[in-house]
Amino acid sequence: MSRFWALIRRELVLALRQAGDSVAALLFFVIAASLFPFALGPGGTILARIAPGIVWVVALLAALLPLNRLFGADFEDGSLDQLMVSGLPASAVALGKIIGHWLTTGLPLLLIAGPVAIMLRMDGAAVPQLLASLVPGTMLFSLVGGMAAAITLGARGGTVLLPLIALPLMIPAVIFGAAGAIAAHPIGEFAMLFGLLSLFLPVAPLAAAGALRAAVS
Amino acid sequence: MRNIAPHQPISGVPLLQARGLAAIRGERVVFRDVSFSLDAGGALLLVGPNGAGKSSLIRLLAGLTAPAAGDLLWQGADALEDPPLHATRLCFVGHHDAIKPGLSVAENLGLAGRVGAAAIMTALTRMDLQRFAELPARLLSSGQRRRLALARLALSDAPLWLLDEPTTGLDAASVARLERFFAEHRAAGGMIIAATHLPLDMPGSVPFDLSRGVL
Repeated sequence: MSRFWALIRRELVLALRQAGDSVAALLFFVIAASLFPFALGPGGTILARIAPGIVWVVALLAALLPLNRLFGADFEDGSLDQLMVSGLPASAVALGKIIGHWLTTGLPLLLIAGPVAIMLRMDGAAVPQLLASLVPGTMLFSLVGGMAAAITLGARGGTVLLPLIALPLMIPAVIFGAAGAIAAHPIGEFAMLFGLLSLFLPVAPLAAAGALRAAVS
Repeated sequence: MRNIAPHQPISGVPLLQARGLAAIRGERVVFRDVSFSLDAGGALLLVGPNGAGKSSLIRLLAGLTAPAAGDLLWQGADALEDPPLHATRLCFVGHHDAIKPGLSVAENLGLAGRVGAAAIMTALTRMDLQRFAELPARLLSSGQRRRLALARLALSDAPLWLLDEPTTGLDAASVARLERFFAEHRAAGGMIIAATHLPLDMPGSVPFDLSRGVL
C-alpha cells in the first residue's frame, strides 16, 4: 500500500513541478467555454439553457488534453519501466496514474466549473447540482481517458487515436451527466453515472494494465 | 556496507536459474535455449554483437517481457508467476535513464518514495553526484545522467541487479567507482547481470555470449 501512495505522491510532485499540462487544460476549459457567448450572443436565455451541456462537453475535452502525456512521458524516458518493476501490479500502476490525472486535472476543472457556469449565465442556484454531476463525471473522464491513453501508448498517431477511442466511450456519461445537471429529480441520472463509475472503476485499470504490459514488452 | 534483503539459501538449488529461455521480437527469434544459473555473489556479463538480444534478455529477467519459451526460477520456484513479487527482488537500470529534467537530482531519486534525505545523499555520494544534489537534472551531462540512474542501485535492497549497458557515457574514474560498487554488492551476497559491449571488470564473472547460445 505504501508503494501505491508513493506513486500518487510522485504524480502530484511531477504535476506541481511541471504544471504546464494541468494549467493548459484549465485555460483550454475557460477559453473554449467563453467562445460560446461570442458565438451565441451574451444575452438571452439560450446561453443559460445550454450552459450545463457546454460545461460538461468542454470539461470533457479539456480533461483529454493532458492524457497523451499521462503515460507517454513516462514511456519515453524509461520511467514506465521503473514503475512496472516497482513491486506494484500493473493495474495498480494504471489506477495510481488515473487517480493522479483526476487530482491534477479533474479536481481543478471541478473547482473552476462553477465560475465558468456563471459566466455562461447559468442560474447560481443550479450550479451545485451541475458540480455534483461533474464529480462522478470527471472521475469517469480520468478512468476512460486513462484507459484510452494506455491503449494508444506507443502507437503511431496515438495522439489522434486517443480521443477517437475515448470520446465514443464517454457518450453515456455525457448523456446522463448533462441531463442530471438540470433534471428536477435527477436520481435516475445520478444512478446511471454511479453505475458507469462502478463499471469503469475495475475495468479501466485492468484494461490499462494489459495495455501497459504490452507497451513495455 | 549495504543491507541486502535476506534470502534463505536452499542447498543444491541455485538462487536464480534460467532454463531454455527464448525471446521473439516481431517474427524473429532473438535468442533461444538460454540457460544459466546464478548464486549469491555471482555475476553474469552478457556480451555479443548488437541485436544479439542482450537488452531483451535483461528485460525478460526483469519480468517486463514474458519469455516465448523456457522458465525463470527463483530458489527453484517460477519467478515470473508473480511479477510484483519478482520485482521486489531486483533493481533494473535500463538503457533509458528515467530522469525527470524538471526535478532536481535529489528529487529524482526521491520520486520512487520510501527513502529519506540521508539515504538519497548517501546514494548520490556513491556515484560522486553529491555536489549536484540541488541542481535541476536537465543540466546534467549524459554521463552524469547515467550515474544518477545508477544511483538508484544504492537505494535498493534488492539482491539482483539487472543492468543494460551500465557504463555508457561514463568516464574512466566513474567506471572504476562502479566496479568497486559492483564488487561490494557481490561481497554482500548480491547478484549482477549486466549487458555490455564495453569492457567491464567484474572478477569471477562469467561472460555469456548470447549469439552462441548455451553457457
